[in-house]
Amino acid sequence: MQSPEATTGYAAVRATILRNALFIGLAVSVYGISFGAMGITAGLSVAETCALSLLMFTGASQLAFVGILGAGGAPATAIATALLLGARNAMYAVRLSTMLRVRGGWRMLAAQLTIDESTALSIAQDEKLADGRASRLGFWAGGVSVYLLWNTATVIGALSARAMGDPKAFGLDAAIAAGLAGLLWPRLRDRESWSVAAGSFALALVMVPFVPAGVPVLACALIAFGVATSTLRRHRELMG
Amino acid sequence: MWPAVLISSLGCYAEKLAGYLLPEQLLDRRVVHHVAALLPVALLAGIVTVQALSTGQAVVLDARVPGMAVAVGLMARRTNFLVMVVSAAATTALVRHLGWMP
Repeated sequence: MQSPEATTGYAAVRATILRNALFIGLAVSVYGISFGAMGITAGLSVAETCALSLLMFTGASQLAFVGILGAGGAPATAIATALLLGARNAMYAVRLSTMLRVRGGWRMLAAQLTIDESTALSIAQDEKLADGRASRLGFWAGGVSVYLLWNTATVIGALSARAMGDPKAFGLDAAIAAGLAGLLWPRLRDRESWSVAAGSFALALVMVPFVPAGVPVLACALIAFGVATSTLRRHRELMG
Repeated sequence: MWPAVLISSLGCYAEKLAGYLLPEQLLDRRVVHHVAALLPVALLAGIVTVQALSTGQAVVLDARVPGMAVAVGLMARRTNFLVMVVSAAATTALVRHLGWMP
């Protein structure tokens, strides 16, 4: 049995959660339009670009994948970068799995919707409220809203880019770089993330003339591994 | 590009599903969390660098640079994403149109 206060509390937050889910979906659709345009600029067909949004459905991986292909990188390099970027979704799933209480087909569906935005909207809720219903609503509402709007936006972006002609005349190459920088910016929160970004900037720039396109980006993963392990080692030393 | 599209999509789905299926002890370690959180920072920084400053295997300073300068300035002022991207594109397009930079 749920206490009456818990149910009233849930009723009060329910509308807020649904509204926030819609807002997140609308915000993300701006990126979706950029992604759709970027896919076409990279040389993918409209169908391939839309398939990425339907099937891959994890923004940073999608943008990196078409970015590397567009720069002339090998498909294997693009795939590897997309997978490294998608690794964080597995961490989100670990956090969400006990709270969502899903089995079978629902779990398969939940997995596809496990992304930055649905996770954020879920863990922003009080986990104890109405026996976890607020957290679950946050996940499902956020995931469905972003899925629908992201895919719609991809179609719009892809079709408009095809109608545009020479993308460079419109500065679309700068828009792509700026869009990716917009994904990076909110992740620069502390000294550690700034040093990872600075190191990656330097490494990528130095490597560009010497290795095939896409490889400089992939190599930046080593900086993340290096900095993460050294931070944790320092932590352990401090703890004694 | 269909094979690459499908393989990478399947791989990204497998990663999401793995978090639900694998035993928690396997993934729920500090180092794994830490690396997974820093990977987007490293890879996005790398890809922004390559997108803004290179063409193929050449480091290039062209009209994208003033566009990116505007983008960074606007992000530092917490400007809305759409405004930031459109301003960057417009700056680059204008610099190209005026023939100041290729």
